[in-house]
Amino acid sequence: MNGEGVLTGEFFMMGDVACAEGAISAGCRFFAGYPITPATETAERMAERMPQIGGTYVQMEDELASMITVLGASWGGVKAMTATSGPGFSLMMENLGWGIMTETPCVLVNVQRGGPSTGLPTLVGQGDMMQARWGSHGPYEIIALAPSSPQELFDLTIRAFNLSEKYRTPVLVMTDAEVGHMTEKVVIPPPEEIETFPRRKPTVPPHEYLPYKADDDLVPPMANAGEGYRFHITGLTHDERGYPVIDAETQDKLITRLVEKIRKNKDDIIQLEENGLEDAEVVLCSYGISARTALWPVELARREGIKVGTLRLITVWPFPEERIRQLAGRVRAFVVPEINYGQIALEVERCASGQAEVTLVGHAGGDIHEPERVLEAIRRAVR
Amino acid sequence: MSRAEIRLTGFGGQGIILSGYIIGKAAAIHDKKQATFTQSYGPESRGGACSAQVIISDEPVSYPHLIDPSILVVMSQEAYNKYAPTLRDGGLLIVDEDLVETGDLAGDVRLLSVPATRLAEELGRKIVANIVMLGFLAAVTDVVSVEAMREAVRTSVPKGTEELNLRAFGKGYEYARAAD
Repeated sequence: MNGEGVLTGEFFMMGDVACAEGAISAGCRFFAGYPITPATETAERMAERMPQIGGTYVQMEDELASMITVLGASWGGVKAMTATSGPGFSLMMENLGWGIMTETPCVLVNVQRGGPSTGLPTLVGQGDMMQARWGSHGPYEIIALAPSSPQELFDLTIRAFNLSEKYRTPVLVMTDAEVGHMTEKVVIPPPEEIETFPRRKPTVPPHEYLPYKADDDLVPPMANAGEGYRFHITGLTHDERGYPVIDAETQDKLITRLVEKIRKNKDDIIQLEENGLEDAEVVLCSYGISARTALWPVELARREGIKVGTLRLITVWPFPEERIRQLAGRVRAFVVPEINYGQIALEVERCASGQAEVTLVGHAGGDIHEPERVLEAIRRAVR
Repeated sequence: MSRAEIRLTGFGGQGIILSGYIIGKAAAIHDKKQATFTQSYGPESRGGACSAQVIISDEPVSYPHLIDPSILVVMSQEAYNKYAPTLRDGGLLIVDEDLVETGDLAGDVRLLSVPATRLAEELGRKIVANIVMLGFLAAVTDVVSVEAMREAVRTSVPKGTEELNLRAFGKGYEYARAAD
């Protein structure tokens, strides 16, 4: 990565645009997508920027094609991404599964809006969090990050690319219409200060290469198409050669590795932001725009003398099970605001396992939480 | 915590959204403060009601929506009818006097009028009415410095229109100074 294309400087920048610049800074040189509010500005920016820096922008016919084209580009050896919102995210689920099964690095950004269906095109939602986890069929693990500001949308898009290369898997950036359409100061560092993870190339000669033989960390090196290495790619259950083998034994070996390469590295993947948890009786646990929105009611609750701390899930998947369990053993309650009717709150409840109360502050979508609703939930939690 | 909340409203095509962007940029980039700019508008590109919200603070902006707006800039009657009641007591209301009939104001609000669109027409381009309004706003408030706002105007308008827009900015600024 020679830093070409990195737009070093201070900008007053929309979140969606910061996402595109983050991708470029990470080395992304391929975008395939279908415009959809509120993610269109990311596509627009990529359409403008890709040709300037030797990249490729493809306007696709739909989101099924967008996702599979991104996967194909990645096999061609280029860092690739797409950006969409709820309806398009649904269409991408099938090929997301293909990306997971074939271990194809790429980034999929979902600027969430109110759903289900076409719902609220211009307004916020966080209703796709469980779809991010389980939206494609079959057993798998996924990595999903949730930014709370345009700066973080820039930073986490870079991190998403790095994680996708390191663990050879699609990574989801689960942002939302509020953060995507918000404009704030975004600082783009000089290229030498931006950490990027290169593709894990084979270290053996072509005749010894087995495309699905993993290294010790359970991740196999990846040859790009056209480099002289022979490989076979299929969504069917496959052996180390990449050839289909349809039996339970091969399935067990492959799927266990796909799941374990994420689970065993969760400490590296999971990123949390904690504040005031030392003596907390209540933990305000949230992510994305809702974690940010809750800071004001948390401040008001502290002024009332309530011991409330915050746990912000910057990484949502894999879920920080151990941290929630630890906290559940010593706090009274978790309060979980999210713009849906209970998705991450259910995960918190699962991990709290009856040791602490878990209160969802739900919202159907279309707006952020009113501070009073979150404040009242915090008050009730200590009553 | 110092937190200034500004709402600019009008109809699509008046440059309301760009005005909000310019104020936010002036604060965040040139005045080195924290600023969050959000926008809301209908599906129409012109004619629909639109609103730009800017929050300027010395500290990071956590809650990104307006809680208690202290400045309201209005460039259409529809927007006035909708948003005038949201302005807090002691707040500042700035209207384009040729586009908005204020009638009796409820509560204790400070009203300032400026013929922004008419002043823009005197420059030969009605389209810079939003920038005239920014010049006026910079003169009558201290949410951002005049230098920061002027610089943000210069770097945010389309290339080739800088001189026209800076004249529009100056015209709004001078109008406010003359009325003082």
